[in-house]
Amino acid sequence: MNSIVIWTIVILAGLGLVLAVVLFFIAKTFKVEEDPRIEQIEKTLPGANCGGCGYAGCHAFADSAVKASDLSAHFCPVGGNEVMKKVSEILGFAVVEKAPQVAVLRCNGTCEARPAVNYYDGDKSCRVKAALYSGDTACPFGCLGCGDCVDVCEFGALSMDPATGLPVLDESKCVACGKCVKACPKKLIELRPKGPRGMREAVLCRNEDKGPVAKKACANACIGCGICVKTCTHEAISLENNLAYIDPAKCKLCRECEAVCPTGAIHGVNFPKELDKAAVKERVAKRNAAPAVANATVIPSEAKESKKEVSNG
Amino acid sequence: MAKITFSIGGVHPDDAKLSRGCAIEVLPLPQTMYVSMAQHLGAPAKPIVAVGDKVKTGQVIAEPGGFISAFVHSPASGTVKSIGPRKDLAGNNVTHIEIAVEGDEWVEGVDLSDTLVTEIQEDRQAILDRIKACGVVGLGGATFPTHVKLNPAPGSVAECLILNGAECEPYLTSDFRIMLERTKEIVVGAAIMQKVLGGCRTVIGIEENKPEAIEAMKKAVAELPYKIEVLPLKKKYPQGGEKQLIQAVMHREVGSGGLPISVGAVVQNVATSLAVYEAVQKNKPLITNVLTVTGNCLPVEKQHNYLFRIGMPLSYIAEYAGGVPEAAGKLISGGPMMGRAIANLDAATVKGSSSILYLSAESTKRGQESLCIRCGRCSDACPMGLEPFLLHRLYKAGDVDGLEANAAQDCIECGCCLYSCPAYIPLLDRVRQAKGMAMAAIRARAAAKQAAKESKTK
Repeated sequence: MNSIVIWTIVILAGLGLVLAVVLFFIAKTFKVEEDPRIEQIEKTLPGANCGGCGYAGCHAFADSAVKASDLSAHFCPVGGNEVMKKVSEILGFAVVEKAPQVAVLRCNGTCEARPAVNYYDGDKSCRVKAALYSGDTACPFGCLGCGDCVDVCEFGALSMDPATGLPVLDESKCVACGKCVKACPKKLIELRPKGPRGMREAVLCRNEDKGPVAKKACANACIGCGICVKTCTHEAISLENNLAYIDPAKCKLCRECEAVCPTGAIHGVNFPKELDKAAVKERVAKRNAAPAVANATVIPSEAKESKKEVSNG
Repeated sequence: MAKITFSIGGVHPDDAKLSRGCAIEVLPLPQTMYVSMAQHLGAPAKPIVAVGDKVKTGQVIAEPGGFISAFVHSPASGTVKSIGPRKDLAGNNVTHIEIAVEGDEWVEGVDLSDTLVTEIQEDRQAILDRIKACGVVGLGGATFPTHVKLNPAPGSVAECLILNGAECEPYLTSDFRIMLERTKEIVVGAAIMQKVLGGCRTVIGIEENKPEAIEAMKKAVAELPYKIEVLPLKKKYPQGGEKQLIQAVMHREVGSGGLPISVGAVVQNVATSLAVYEAVQKNKPLITNVLTVTGNCLPVEKQHNYLFRIGMPLSYIAEYAGGVPEAAGKLISGGPMMGRAIANLDAATVKGSSSILYLSAESTKRGQESLCIRCGRCSDACPMGLEPFLLHRLYKAGDVDGLEANAAQDCIECGCCLYSCPAYIPLLDRVRQAKGMAMAAIRARAAAKQAAKESKTK
């Protein structure tokens, strides 16, 4: 009886030892040489595997970063500058800081401002809805309100506001991975620089219809009047296809455009003080009364041609 | 009883051809018309008139914007008031030419008489050129330019021309009415296309729920000197689907991703045949079509079949027919199975417009979506032999390879799966998206292959 127990232990231990030796040699012979820096970089990355950098995951990012000659094409939006600094140190590249970005929904067509003209009872998906028609309201450019962006956000930064029918962003959670940008069939979400202390200005509208049409469809729409373009002293605003756009790189956050916008399409966020529209308007009026100071450039609207070719079918 | 039909799938919705007894009436011209530049499959047409120009009825106002595109003609005489974006029936902006109507003065050289011209010219290319110049597109739904379809790529031979008179969509009666009232013209149109395709076998397929049309067509074929057959088909949706019709008539199946011509078939709608007749024999461009105003909440005496001009706003036609009924919960352009909801009644009619359908709210209400119970009804109903439940699951998982392997790209968007689903899953909507994903993957691969080939030759 005793001998069986002893033999069992001896045989199993022997087998284990032999297999361990075999495995050791196999591991040695077939070892895949990998740059140790890949593992190092991967450890510094946040490990969200969100794909926001444009690579399949954190490992793929690290692998490609090691092979790259510089880090201009590599940026981890989740880790931000801090992580990229560490990655640059590991690879011995100069640190290139990127302004942190945040997702901005360029539509402020709330239920109140943008009355519904149709009722939709189909699949609750923006993609499906966009394939069927232009949306419940008379604005064919605005938010469809089915929350595809909310569904794809892996960081829980987006949620639908039932009162406005629009998605709301929790800035502290947004890492600017860009998934919502791809998910929106109306291309309403843009990654914009977060701005100093989060302060930023943006035209929250994408309606390219002519003024009266846009205004009729949505009270908050940009009507392409160009007042903001004329007011801006930094040449930060351009007007194309009846739609104003603020270039975040040129914007000096003076908030004059926001004050003069007749429809309230321009919004500023995270400013410490409430905007005194009347005072700013007065200031602008005074400046305009004096000899012209700045000449804003207006880009004439171009007739856009859609280049859709369909194969023989 | 005819038993000819396609072999797999299909559903049997109530055909509800309520307006079958209404003769075609001609609509008077409105004051303003809006001619869309995207009335056909393919590249939008390019306007060649300027604001302020005087145009005559039938004058070319836009030229093709690509190989697969078509000419657009003025539907009335008057002045071009504006050229710019206007909302189509889905609410999206499309370039329209606005014409202030001043009368109905036609351009020179158009035969406006009713006499039947049975003599067909011999020159094949001349016929094709005429079809192209008159802007004829397929009026069965897809609005594919007819001159492209009638001119198969070198190497492929048309063995059978099938004229689609199935009109399998419930409610619609426009094809039925033209088959009754313009029978001989349709037969001559078919003979013209037969000649262009090299004298192949020609079959007019009509569903058996239209016995009067079958009778009239048989009589017309017997009276005219062409070799054309009339084939009664069993009533089953989607009998009028191109691939289904080919299978029913020729017992051949179009391969995955293939065109009908790959099995030697060309399918044209009866309305297209009429347009071809008018284009070739009368030199009359395609600016009219027949549209049904019908629905289950509209009394029969208020239902109509109208001969409309392209560019008439739908709201004008609805108003002329007596206004939108109060009970209407949903407005549809096209049939209830494949038509599109009208989100904007101010939209202008296009070449392919076939109906204004008023459906009551209760008949269009979608049921509460619940989980798939794996009953397999959608697979039984699919006329393409696909498995919609599986495609639905793969779509939810975002598995593009799986979608392609399971032939999502072959979906014909007929809606049989959605119609038969007891769990009210919006299968059609999602499978359509899945199809788009699979098609995009296939196109991207083809483009990459082409690019690689080009770089190699360099």
